[in-house]
Amino acid sequence: MSHANQNEHPNITLKDLKPFYGSFQAVYPVNSIFKARSITAIIGPSGCGKSTVLRCINRMHEVVPGARVEGQVLLGDQDVYSHTIKPQAVRRRIGMVFQQPNPLRQLSIFENVAVGLRLDGMSKADVNVRVEESLRSAALWDEVKDKLNHSGLALSGGQQQRLCIARAIALRPSVLLFDEPCSALDPISTLKIEELLVELKQQFTIVIVTHNMQQAARISDHTLVFLVERINDVHRGVLVEEGETSQIFTSPQDERTTDYISGRVG
Amino acid sequence: MPQDTQQLTTWQYIQRRTQHGDVFFWFITLSFALAVVGLVAVIGFVIWNGSELARERFGLSALFQDGWNPIRGNFGALPAVYGTLVSSMIALCLAGPFGVLIGVFLTELCPQWLKTPLSFFVELLAAIPSVVYGLWGVFVFAPFFRDHVAIPLANSVGQVFPLLGGTVTAGRSLMVTGIILAIMILPTIAAISRDVIAVVPNHQREAMLAVGATRWEVIWKAVLPYARAGIIGGMMLGLGRALGETMAALMIVGGQKSRVPESLLEPGITAAALIASELPNANDFLHESMLIFMAFVLFGITLILNGIARMLVWYSARGPVGSIRA
Repeated sequence: MSHANQNEHPNITLKDLKPFYGSFQAVYPVNSIFKARSITAIIGPSGCGKSTVLRCINRMHEVVPGARVEGQVLLGDQDVYSHTIKPQAVRRRIGMVFQQPNPLRQLSIFENVAVGLRLDGMSKADVNVRVEESLRSAALWDEVKDKLNHSGLALSGGQQQRLCIARAIALRPSVLLFDEPCSALDPISTLKIEELLVELKQQFTIVIVTHNMQQAARISDHTLVFLVERINDVHRGVLVEEGETSQIFTSPQDERTTDYISGRVG
Repeated sequence: MPQDTQQLTTWQYIQRRTQHGDVFFWFITLSFALAVVGLVAVIGFVIWNGSELARERFGLSALFQDGWNPIRGNFGALPAVYGTLVSSMIALCLAGPFGVLIGVFLTELCPQWLKTPLSFFVELLAAIPSVVYGLWGVFVFAPFFRDHVAIPLANSVGQVFPLLGGTVTAGRSLMVTGIILAIMILPTIAAISRDVIAVVPNHQREAMLAVGATRWEVIWKAVLPYARAGIIGGMMLGLGRALGETMAALMIVGGQKSRVPESLLEPGITAAALIASELPNANDFLHESMLIFMAFVLFGITLILNGIARMLVWYSARGPVGSIRA
């Protein structure tokens, strides 16, 4: 891959990443590389720190009072925790979609997509173009083009989630993070989102946290398995295994992964 | 069979328990709730009836006439209506933004250890009796305001804007009343703002944060719009309190009943203060009826505003159920 390509489609590299809540280290140090133009899934049981690790990537972890991070997250070769970089700039390059579809309640469908662009004071004409482009990319344009000024809450859950994806895409980020994006959706909406993610991986580095192992198996190229380790009543997340998704689900190397995937634990 | 008997008894027991308990409870709560309706109706009826003489003699036009002089039989209530609305509006304009910012600070920006003590002080402000505010206003604030604000203001800006001009002699004025009322309604607005901002679901903040918003942009574009209706409701409740406040207003408004003051820095009167101050001297039926009529007007304004506030608060509390994250 050429250098220019590397900048446009950067890998994400985690180096000794340690998320803390106050003085408590929630996860054992994580080292991994999330490849560009592919989908990396993070799976594991509740409380294994998978969402926490995801939120470290776009610096949303530190929003929680007392939360902080040690180690490095590299976007391409840029450390997002470098002191010269503002978290706001990181979040505009690394978009995020949450578990609960969260359109801004007071804003219309159009304004929900435009909200990030408006922070920059982008011109009206450019905003119009970008909103349509983003809604098309999120496979939502045909469903909402006649009611762009309606409330985002009038949409179904799946449509709301695609609206949130459009909002993230509108900023033209390099990376999209998904924090259990389908856990509040019905199976048909889930399927649509999954198809969309596979489509989007042509343009973005995608990382998805999911508790749904079948989902990870269906759409991801690369999988990380986190589990909870209990030592002396201290529960801490640990990355037990990573690899090609097909390999993780067919011939896991770690016994704990086998137990988890076959449903014996977690 | 023993087992059947046992089951039958249990069945009957449940039947009995569910039948009477709920009906009884329903009846008690219903009658208490209806009592409130009855109370409002009785108060409304008494005021409506008591003000009949004044209403027939002057009608609503009394509210738009200058000059209150009971001895000569003049009952122009415009100074009181004007003073009530103006002092309350000053209070709302000062306490509104101030209170909302306190609410924002307490929920969004305040370090955890400071939250409880700060909230305590805000609530303490609400616990001070109004007569204490009145005393403080008369002896401390009004003279200070006259010497350091009102007189310089009247001599400079007041030369151009008559509303802030006039000859400032007394410390008591509509402006001072408005400021004291602002302090009195500040805790109401701050506490309600704090509460409605606190129930804004976290995912709304995260939506803004994730598109690269600063803290200020999150508050301005996600939090305050979401809490808007509730905040307006809080302001309305504060306004209702300012409109009806009697003791503090009576002590610091100045008691100028005969005309509408040209300047906010001159003494004036409010409806509540007018009623309280004239009650001992209301010896004839017309005078008494006129005071009750003033009460009716005040009652109407307060009731309407409180109704609007209730609706707004209810509307804002009805938002989608929020969750944070797994």
